[in-house]
Amino acid sequence: MPVAGTPRTTAPPGRRLLTVGPRAEYGAYIVLSAADLDGPLPQPGQFYMLAAGERWGGGEDERPYLPRAFSVLRVGEHGLEFMLERVGPGTTRLAELAPGDGLWVTGPLGQGFTAPEDERRAVLCGGGVGTAPLALLQDGLRVAERPAPVLLGFRDHAHALGAALIPGSRVATDDGSVGHHGLVTELLADELDDNDHAVVYACGPPAMLEAVRALCAAREVPCQLALEAGMACGFGACFGCVVPAADGSYLRVCVDGPVIGGERLDTCLVAGHAA
Amino acid sequence: MSVTFCGLELVHPIVNGSGTFDAIAARQAFGPGFDDVFPFSAYVSKTITAAPRAGNPPPRLFEVPAGLINSIGLPNKGLDGWLASDLPQLATLPVPLITNVMANSAQEILPLVDALDDRPEVAAIELNVSCPNVRTGLDIGSDAGELGRFVSAVRPRTTKPLIVKLTPNAADVPGIARAAEAAGADAVSLLNTLRAFAPAPGGAGAAWLGGETGGMSGPALRAVALAQVRAVAACVAIPIVGMGGVASGRDARAFLDAGATLVAVGTESFRDALAGARIRDELAELSANTGLVFS
Repeated sequence: MPVAGTPRTTAPPGRRLLTVGPRAEYGAYIVLSAADLDGPLPQPGQFYMLAAGERWGGGEDERPYLPRAFSVLRVGEHGLEFMLERVGPGTTRLAELAPGDGLWVTGPLGQGFTAPEDERRAVLCGGGVGTAPLALLQDGLRVAERPAPVLLGFRDHAHALGAALIPGSRVATDDGSVGHHGLVTELLADELDDNDHAVVYACGPPAMLEAVRALCAAREVPCQLALEAGMACGFGACFGCVVPAADGSYLRVCVDGPVIGGERLDTCLVAGHAA
Repeated sequence: MSVTFCGLELVHPIVNGSGTFDAIAARQAFGPGFDDVFPFSAYVSKTITAAPRAGNPPPRLFEVPAGLINSIGLPNKGLDGWLASDLPQLATLPVPLITNVMANSAQEILPLVDALDDRPEVAAIELNVSCPNVRTGLDIGSDAGELGRFVSAVRPRTTKPLIVKLTPNAADVPGIARAAEAAGADAVSLLNTLRAFAPAPGGAGAAWLGGETGGMSGPALRAVALAQVRAVAACVAIPIVGMGGVASGRDARAFLDAGATLVAVGTESFRDALAGARIRDELAELSANTGLVFS
């Protein structure tokens, strides 16, 4: 678990072709694995740009064309693991990949999570496919003997099956089919009511992240938010993935993030980012 | 595969298009070792303006069939910020540095050109003329008269090679290239992105991009770019940097055959940071097979 100031793990230059290993389904989610024998171990919160080795493009409307960004879920016995949901042409193509197929990857990229400071306890809060980076983070915290509660929010039962990726997590669902009927940020508020000498690590859709940011700001609890944005490259070249910072500048999610301290943002609601 | 371009000795003909590769961020993402595998034979900076620019509000990207529309808005630290913080880092790249600059009047571009002319780290200057003249409202690069006056004002201010980056959003691109040559440009580069619109989901004609319209790049443009490079090559004697959807050595070969001296890679680098190196190697293999030599 890197402490603040630890240099990020850098990626081997360029993309490399991996072979897809076993895949698993957790309700609405697919976990894709690929052995990355030549790559470095990612830090929690870092991400990879992924593209299918074949038939990337040529589908409906000739998309996908650009690679897609995914947080690494975990590094398991079959290599890197990525959690995805079919939401568009890129994720649909990646979800079709079978063991033995090729997978282009560039990574690990970006600035990940850093360890809690000031003896604060960690609280992990995820929404939907934003569960992914919290799994590797949870593993890191366990190794550091700093176990943390994990709170996960999902739309419905089919999505809540993704909670199995982080055993022991508490679940909220929008429709009440699993766990708490309501928002994961309600669970977070309860957790902080118990003990707010904490640092919150969060990943999820913009509305959830914004609720986490506002909640933490109101309680003066530091938070590290893993943001998502459409990216063309993932390594700072295109300047396409920006979010507005509190100081009026724009931050590139790919090189300044994806993990950005809540205090650097006025809002996580950015036009064009997935709702 | 070495090539002479405006007096610069380059080890191969593959460069990057301005604004499509951030060499400083690449070191951050891939480590300083990236310099050892640097894919381009010269590095073209993103556009530098006199004052700092934050760039356009997001969203800035829209994927289209075989390409991309961007509305980035030329974010940069401004001339002083670039000279102070970016130039020292770019000066240590293993290849010559071509600096791209933009202003919306000749009066405003001259201090930029003067400042770059003073810097030995800068090997050549590229003018981004895809912007409106504040006085006339005409895009400087879309009108031969405007462009000629602009380049004529810049030419006496520098002895460095001067490259004019042509926009495809013009009725007579060869005529504009002739005007650039007559005004003293040492080379032209083309093409810049093609103006494009991405509709927001939900209809009603609203724009997806924060900057309303954007510029399209990628393989979707390649055939258009080849036609323009070919037409320009037929009417100017100065060298051409050809670009537009180059994704393979075969594509680069086609641009050279159309009359380009250098070939720039842009959007393909977003898909793979080392695409330029692959294209260089594929081109070398093709050239070896045909016995063609670069000189």
